[in-house]
Amino acid sequence: MRNAKKTTPLLSSPYPRGGWVGLMFLFILITLYPLLVTAVDASEKWSGVDESVIEKYAKEHGREAREPLINTDQGDLLLFVFLLAGTVGGFAAGYYWRTLMENRSQKPEPGSRTEEHR
Amino acid sequence: MRIQNSGFKIIILSLSTLCASLFTASSAYAMHISEGILPFNWALLWSLAAMPFVAWGLYKLKKESSVDLSFKPLVGLMAAVVFIISCMPIPVPTAGTCSHPCGTGIAGILVGPAISILITAVALLIQALFLAHGGLSTWGADIVSMGVMGSFAGYLTFKTLRSVKINLAVSGFMAGLLADWATYLMTSVELASGIRGDEAFMPLFLKILIAFIPTQLPLGILEGAMTAGMVMLLYRKRPDLLVKMRVLKPEEVAG
Repeated sequence: MRNAKKTTPLLSSPYPRGGWVGLMFLFILITLYPLLVTAVDASEKWSGVDESVIEKYAKEHGREAREPLINTDQGDLLLFVFLLAGTVGGFAAGYYWRTLMENRSQKPEPGSRTEEHR
Repeated sequence: MRIQNSGFKIIILSLSTLCASLFTASSAYAMHISEGILPFNWALLWSLAAMPFVAWGLYKLKKESSVDLSFKPLVGLMAAVVFIISCMPIPVPTAGTCSHPCGTGIAGILVGPAISILITAVALLIQALFLAHGGLSTWGADIVSMGVMGSFAGYLTFKTLRSVKINLAVSGFMAGLLADWATYLMTSVELASGIRGDEAFMPLFLKILIAFIPTQLPLGILEGAMTAGMVMLLYRKRPDLLVKMRVLKPEEVAG
């Protein structure tokens, strides 16, 4: 039987709630961040940096981006493909998350690492 | 006065980062290098560098899956998470552009760097083929920056911090943060070495790296918070899974 006093604390031991207060503050800060700084660059374009900046710098050094093999960057087609990818990815993530949570109640399989630890 | 409260430290860090990013607004770069940007020899070099890591990932996936079938849903979840996160544009007002986190920090922690690299390679391939995001010739370079650097930075940061008894949430946060920043560091190396021509490497590398800061400082913090949140969520919901993945020791979740 293990001694409870020897367990490693997962949250800050001297100030158990301190870490969470900090993380909560961080979350709020990140949430409010766009509102705080929008005034700085409100007139800027919201282009993807992949295209606008890497390609711009590369062009300055004589390198230009080529058209992709399958060019979906045509009108709203790219929007559709991103939506499709997000939907499929979201369903996959949800499906596997549910599978993992359902496995919670099941006993560990014989030979699994969990079983070996016990 | 000695500051012991980790929450207070995070608040100081957040405020410093916010102030720094507010006063350094400029353009920035992203990690996915588009088709044709790198010369052939550099593209080939990065592809050759990436392939052993991808092969290692395949080997580890086969090995781990044969030991424990329940490993597959976690890999599936991480693959979906990395794919979604790495093609999710997030507006960064300080730079006036959009960029995206990587997701390799959390993947590196949960499934290990080898499988995280494999997952990233698959996500990058789909993005290069169908989303006009990245490129086939630059696939290897993107794997090295996002997959190899991101996964190892996340994994090693988490393991190091946990070995010195730093709490789970802070370790997760730092892993996500450094995974993100390491990715962009490597992208700067790849881009500078590929496009410099006769120009000296270091000035161009530093120029690119500095240009990343306004975008990646806040996005790195966001990625850190996301990583910490996911680790803590799994700790609350499936602590046994974290033990199984060797993220935690059994005695750490006892009681």
